[in-house]
Amino acid sequence: MTASFLGQDYLEIRNLTVDFDGFKAVDGVDITLHQGRLHFLIGPNGAGKTTLVDALTGLVSGTGEATFRHHDLLSMRSHEIVRLGIGRTFQTASVFEQLSVLENLDIAAGLHRSALRSLRARRTVPEPVEQALDTIGLTALAHRPAGILAHGQKQWLEIGMLLVQDAQLMFLDETVAGMSGDERDETGELLKRIVADRTIVVIEHDMEFLRRYADFVTVMHTGTVLAEGSVADVQADQRVQEVYLGTATEAATHG
Amino acid sequence: MTSTATETSGPPDAAEPETSDEQPSKSLTPSLARRMSSYGSLVGIAILAFVLLVWAPSTLTSFRLGNLGRYCAMALASMGIGLAWGRGGMLVLGQGVFFGIGGYAMAMHMKLEAAGPGGVPDFMTLYGDGTMPGWWEPFRSGPFTVFAIIAMPAVVSFVLGYAILKRRVKGAYFAILTQAMAVAFSTLLVATITQTGGFNGLNSFSTFFGHNLFDPQVQKNVYRLAAGLVIVFLVILWQLYRSRYGELLLATRDGEERIRFLGYDPANVKLVAFMVAAVMASIGGALFVPIAGIISPLDVDASASIFLLAGVALGGRASLFGPVLGAIAVGYGRSTLSENFPTQWSYFLGALFILVVLLLPGGVASLWPMLRARWSSSSEPSRSSSTGDDAVESGDADRVAPAATS
Ligand SMILES: Nc1ncnc2c1ncn2[C@@H]1O[C@H](COP(=O)(O)OP(=O)(O)OP(=O)(O)O)[C@@H](O)[C@H]1O
Ligand SMILES: [Mg+2]
Repeated sequence: MTASFLGQDYLEIRNLTVDFDGFKAVDGVDITLHQGRLHFLIGPNGAGKTTLVDALTGLVSGTGEATFRHHDLLSMRSHEIVRLGIGRTFQTASVFEQLSVLENLDIAAGLHRSALRSLRARRTVPEPVEQALDTIGLTALAHRPAGILAHGQKQWLEIGMLLVQDAQLMFLDETVAGMSGDERDETGELLKRIVADRTIVVIEHDMEFLRRYADFVTVMHTGTVLAEGSVADVQADQRVQEVYLGTATEAATHG
Repeated sequence: MTSTATETSGPPDAAEPETSDEQPSKSLTPSLARRMSSYGSLVGIAILAFVLLVWAPSTLTSFRLGNLGRYCAMALASMGIGLAWGRGGMLVLGQGVFFGIGGYAMAMHMKLEAAGPGGVPDFMTLYGDGTMPGWWEPFRSGPFTVFAIIAMPAVVSFVLGYAILKRRVKGAYFAILTQAMAVAFSTLLVATITQTGGFNGLNSFSTFFGHNLFDPQVQKNVYRLAAGLVIVFLVILWQLYRSRYGELLLATRDGEERIRFLGYDPANVKLVAFMVAAVMASIGGALFVPIAGIISPLDVDASASIFLLAGVALGGRASLFGPVLGAIAVGYGRSTLSENFPTQWSYFLGALFILVVLLLPGGVASLWPMLRARWSSSSEPSRSSSTGDDAVESGDADRVAPAATS
């Protein structure tokens, strides 16, 4: 099924609004996400980035339209959205700490497994799991409980889980936050390798990381889209400098 | 621990030739220790099978054997609680309902057997006008009764579980709902004396599927059936726990929201465990009746449900053997103490329960891996630090320990 979509997958968001009892955390957002590019979503704290992703993955309800492969995501439930090929991570790492790295990946690979087959124990390691282990560089730790992994490794494991669940559209919510410089570079390179046939949305605060890896940037502020374009476009934008870049550069130099 | 992990791991772009060459087959096959611990459980099951099926029938008096049979029947329900609560994180406080469904189904059949063809159970003429309600009629048939013992709890738990779990009711609310169910069930039984025997329940049976229940050999065989089913279900649970479903259930317990974003509906995952637990409780109830000779609202009400739970908590709710051994220990303690201290025994049991919950949240079963870890780290420090096997083992040991009581 992937072949026919290659290079032309996109998610079209139109007039998306999330209303928390009168407070519009996301307010009439239009964004189009295209396959094959690292799309960065930035904005000050409380801009509505996470809420936008929550609405697109069925965690909160929103109004408007969000069309992916002729399906309206806003009317679907979380696990159905996942089955459509959309995956996400959370701001706080959420791997299953008591399961091994391998088991974490194996569970992510299991959504198309029949109920009967899941009553058997795992005998061999599924091909996609082995590949993902290799891609994220955790093969040597496959049988260790995920709880002992370093922070950066947990984030990679989360990306690996998205890979084995064959997510064509990934939302990564502040994945590199808290990583060391080296880990950030490794993550950036990893994303560049896997983005070719996928759509990846990266929510980030780190400007250095953005400059190095963003193909396209959307800036949000108080629930609305403030500016869009290449890194240079966005950096040149007067309003972005006013509301965002000033504070963000500060944050980046602190961290 | 974290630093070791950082050192041994490759960074994401470590997919360079040298690393990828040495990795695949070797490091991806489970460690020997891991496989041993999985099959070690089978050895444990075999030992328990020997004790229950060979040693006990040839050693114990028929009175003691009958008691053990009752504990086995309750252990079936407890093992189900271990699955639903220990592995699935659902605090089921109303398993007495399912125990009662199986128990009453069996008791009705045995009442009808005692009444003879076309006869009416004695208590109906005693308390009522001697007419039998129509819904009793099918239970004259043995095969139907056996079918009902499995199908009824499955259907009831499906409907209840679907309604509760799909609405994402969990934690204390789930516990309270199931508890309320047990209260309602026993109240209903007490209120319908002409149809269910009311507070007295159903008793004075004479035969079990045509076999004279006063014959010691028959009693022994009924015991063997109960003990045998404990072993059978231990093997089933063993397979379930090591299956992918077992891993998924654990993952659902520890991260329900996360599971949703891997494309699963956690309600379905939990529903399966809830239904299996219900069927196990029902089978336990059905076997309890011919051994105990009675089933009454006292055996199925809220406090009976909590007794079942107490055994599971004592033994270790997430372990394979904890619930069985806990149920047998609580059952044994209950009869021994109540023989000697008829009034105080339940306080003693309550105190023990509190102590275990406070000091040993993983139950007595968690002592074993703790001791093993301590022993191996003090006697073989060099081995554990060089291979890291120790970490894997202790990781295995507490991987099943629930993160929180939810
Ligand atoms: N469930 C909720 N109910 C009410 N308000 C909410 C809820 N969730 C988020 N908000 C509010 O919506 C706004 C947007 O929050 P959101 O988490 O989407 O911001 P963000 O851009 O992800 O910020 P950060 O960079 O800090 O993660 C905030 O003002 C937040 O307080
Ligand atoms: Mg956020």
